Amino acid sequence: MRVYEFSEQPYYPTWNDHSGSLRVILPNSKCDPRVAADLFHRYYDEYQACDEIGLDIMLNEHHQSATCMSSAVVVGLSVLARATRKARLLVLGYPIGHRPDPLRVAEELATIDVISRGRLDMGFIKGIPYEIAASNRNPVELMERFWEAHDFILKAMTTHDGTFNWEGEYFHYRQVNIWPRPWQEPQPPVWSTTGSTTQARVLGERGYVMATLGTGYATRKIYDAYRKSYLAKFGRAPIADRFAYLGLVAVAKDKEEARRRAHLIAGYLRTSAIVHLPFRNPPGYLPVEDNARLMRGETPPRSFTKDGRSINMHAATVDELIDAGILFCGTPDEVYAQIVDFCEHCGGMGNLLMMGHGGELTHAQTIDNLTLFASEVLPRLKAYRQPDAEAAAAVVAA
Amino acid sequence: MLQRTDAASDSLTVEGTRIDLIERGKGRPLLFLHAENGIEPAHAAIDELAKAAHVLAPSHPGFGRSELPKGMHTVDDLSYFYLDLLDQLDLRDVTLVGVAFGAWIAAEIAVKSAARLACLVMANAVGIKLGDRETRDIADIFALTEPEYLEIAYCDPNAGRRDYKSLAPAEVAAAARAREATARFAWSPYFHNPRLKSRLHRIRIPTLFLWGAHDRMVGEPYGRGYCALIPDARFGTIDRAGHFPHQEQPKIFAEKVKAFMEEQ
Repeated sequence: MRVYEFSEQPYYPTWNDHSGSLRVILPNSKCDPRVAADLFHRYYDEYQACDEIGLDIMLNEHHQSATCMSSAVVVGLSVLARATRKARLLVLGYPIGHRPDPLRVAEELATIDVISRGRLDMGFIKGIPYEIAASNRNPVELMERFWEAHDFILKAMTTHDGTFNWEGEYFHYRQVNIWPRPWQEPQPPVWSTTGSTTQARVLGERGYVMATLGTGYATRKIYDAYRKSYLAKFGRAPIADRFAYLGLVAVAKDKEEARRRAHLIAGYLRTSAIVHLPFRNPPGYLPVEDNARLMRGETPPRSFTKDGRSINMHAATVDELIDAGILFCGTPDEVYAQIVDFCEHCGGMGNLLMMGHGGELTHAQTIDNLTLFASEVLPRLKAYRQPDAEAAAAVVAA
Repeated sequence: MLQRTDAASDSLTVEGTRIDLIERGKGRPLLFLHAENGIEPAHAAIDELAKAAHVLAPSHPGFGRSELPKGMHTVDDLSYFYLDLLDQLDLRDVTLVGVAFGAWIAAEIAVKSAARLACLVMANAVGIKLGDRETRDIADIFALTEPEYLEIAYCDPNAGRRDYKSLAPAEVAAAARAREATARFAWSPYFHNPRLKSRLHRIRIPTLFLWGAHDRMVGEPYGRGYCALIPDARFGTIDRAGHFPHQEQPKIFAEKVKAFMEEQ
């Protein structure tokens, strides 16, 4: 198993000082650039520590938000491509359907791949609903734009014999020929995220690495949808490295200290959905059928515990989060056991996206959390033998 | 010419695209183009108009149960769709009536060809940009909560309130579809076509602007500015109505349309 450390790089000092929205409309007068600078340097220090202790690194971006200061992910990637030596650098993700210029995206990512000497993992995402306000991209056509941008970026990265022409529905170029070309062949690995079985099938057909977030013990059915379409397309089962899962991780020698850390990290969950109501569901972001259900007041739960209880991850207790597989928390032995149990439930999961920092967890706590994980949990996860991929896929096929 | 599919509405296929179409009344043809909230809230106005005209009231492509042709995503596309519809039904001397988003479509039709039109009625029209780049002409309805939206769009917010939990599933689906279709056509540039303003001088048929006086989504000064760009267009207001005067005051709305139609 690979483990990628991830932080939203929050600007938490203003978390108790907002008027109902930490995103989109919170005035940036509440952001002190000096405080932001200290936080950025601290977060990059923690990422550099990951590089030294054997953890890989994941970065993301959100916009107009105190929950995540990384608004232009290519900046963080650039800093870390130069400042790290071994860690893979996963961007999960790049909201390519929002970008006006996919040529620029291809150039940025190819350059990061070259500077890092082939350590980039390239996650393309739709982006959460709150990003629409910042890009002003039409939410109705977002996925059509996403797939055209995806097709274009991959063609730009894999065309090496001069220029090509592109006159699509959304993007127009006549002389495409990116410099530098990416280090990895044919291009950096492609990742994406989803919470739906429909999109899981699409990703399975393409064989991309698929990540889910907060899906807990509802993850298996999403993975199985991927397995089914992957098997149909490639004639073999997808191995565990095709699956990724984002979980909160709080580990400490002392169980109670681990729980204290978990509560702080879960500040991410408690704040991530504090958004002015109209920005939570822009028109066309969800299919009409889903919107009609929401209008009728039907909001199906998304997160479940192993024994089938639904939980609200934005308000859940530490215990509930552990039961739901959203949080792995405890001593190194306990955390290892929880992660393995989750992998077995999923039928294999080869990439843990570990939120080892979140919310108001201090630098010292974060470093201790990461270091303890890297020394006492990671070696065992690397040695862990994943469930048999063919067996997991055979169940789905049957 | 129209194919009846059920008691409530007919359907029509134009260049391969099937749309819902309500047909009522006798007399001179009147094409009614509904607002961004769909055909459902327009039923009372359509019934009133049908007392004096042969009313044709389609659900726009992408709204109601009307199909959406692949690649259709601008009001310009919609205007050509309706020019095809006018040709296909061979309608002549048509009174073209549009409300709000429907009035934008009407303007886009009229600047292209008024050959089949007798006159034009534009109620609480959108479609052009009048203010400077940092001043919104039209409230950002997608950044409002539903109560906030109802407050600015209606004279009486209760007129627009709908209890989706007790509505028939088809009506809820239509409302969800109307919201999505509105975004498809009006997201950006927001509720306008930057090219339209400079083409409005081409509208040389009798034109009446009607304005629900309590519209705070798009105010009366915008309506008067819009009206001034169309040669000899007249402007009138409707009291106790907001952005959807046909919905809040269907009788008065229909009377004003009928009076204007009869003048021609």
